[in-house]
Amino acid sequence: MNLEEFFNMGGYAVYVWSSYGIALLVLLVNIIAPLRQRKKLLHGIAATARRRARRNA
Amino acid sequence: MFNNFFHRMASPKHFYRLAGILIPWLAVPCLLLTLAGLYYGLVKAPPDYQQGDSYRIMFIHVPAAWMSMFIYVVMAGAGAIGLIWRIKLAEMVAISSAPIGASFTFLALVTGSIWGKPMWGTWWVWDARLTSELILLFLYLGVIALNNAIDDKRMAARAVAILALVGVINIPIIHYSVEWWNTLHQGPTVTKFDKPSIHLSMLIPLLLMAVAFKLYYAFVVLMRARCEVLDRERNSGWVKELAEKT
Repeated sequence: MNLEEFFNMGGYAVYVWSSYGIALLVLLVNIIAPLRQRKKLLHGIAATARRRARRNA
Repeated sequence: MFNNFFHRMASPKHFYRLAGILIPWLAVPCLLLTLAGLYYGLVKAPPDYQQGDSYRIMFIHVPAAWMSMFIYVVMAGAGAIGLIWRIKLAEMVAISSAPIGASFTFLALVTGSIWGKPMWGTWWVWDARLTSELILLFLYLGVIALNNAIDDKRMAARAVAILALVGVINIPIIHYSVEWWNTLHQGPTVTKFDKPSIHLSMLIPLLLMAVAFKLYYAFVVLMRARCEVLDRERNSGWVKELAEKT
């Protein structure tokens, strides 16, 4: 099989590649979301701790 | 001794650490299996004699549909454990599963729709299989919305668990819908009791993708559950210590 045939997917390129593209996108978003959330949570918790420490000082 | 083990496992601090170690050990095999599955599915497997190359959507569609039901059962099961034994960790696994399950349900519906257009000539039909899968998506979204609507985390977990458990009735309906009702959707080919009516060259990438998706769920649910732990335990010493180090 040559590369052109591969991308053409027997004329179903639009259907096949859009399916795989959407799947990739959704799966990546699900990985990125908790990574960002964790960073946000840790920053928020640290900021609250610093504020409290200042107030008590 | 067993009791001790379970209590340590269920302690948020221990879980957070253990999950952190497990995640890469699940993510790397998941990536490798996905790459193998894509290679065998998109390159090695021959075109279908009826559907040409369009059937390759199956390697996403079918595992995603399996996951949509599997995750729902895990979510409802974890919810029940949280409800009965008040194990916080089970509550966190239940609520962390919802967005992942919703994503797979969405993928099953969208890829099915994209596959349906060239094969059935329509994006959508209101038949039993498609409708019950759409209801599954709404159940997931309902769980997420209910959890967000209740401020008290433990109260929210109980409400979510009850909703999830009621919705379990939809799972056998999805599974048997193609047998109970006449539909455009084809019947099961892999889980038939006699021999699966699918050729090995297509079965191998399908199973590779199915295992890869299982591993994906395992590490993503751990990532989300870790965030839940941080959120709920934000006032405990070890979380503050961890936050200050970052």
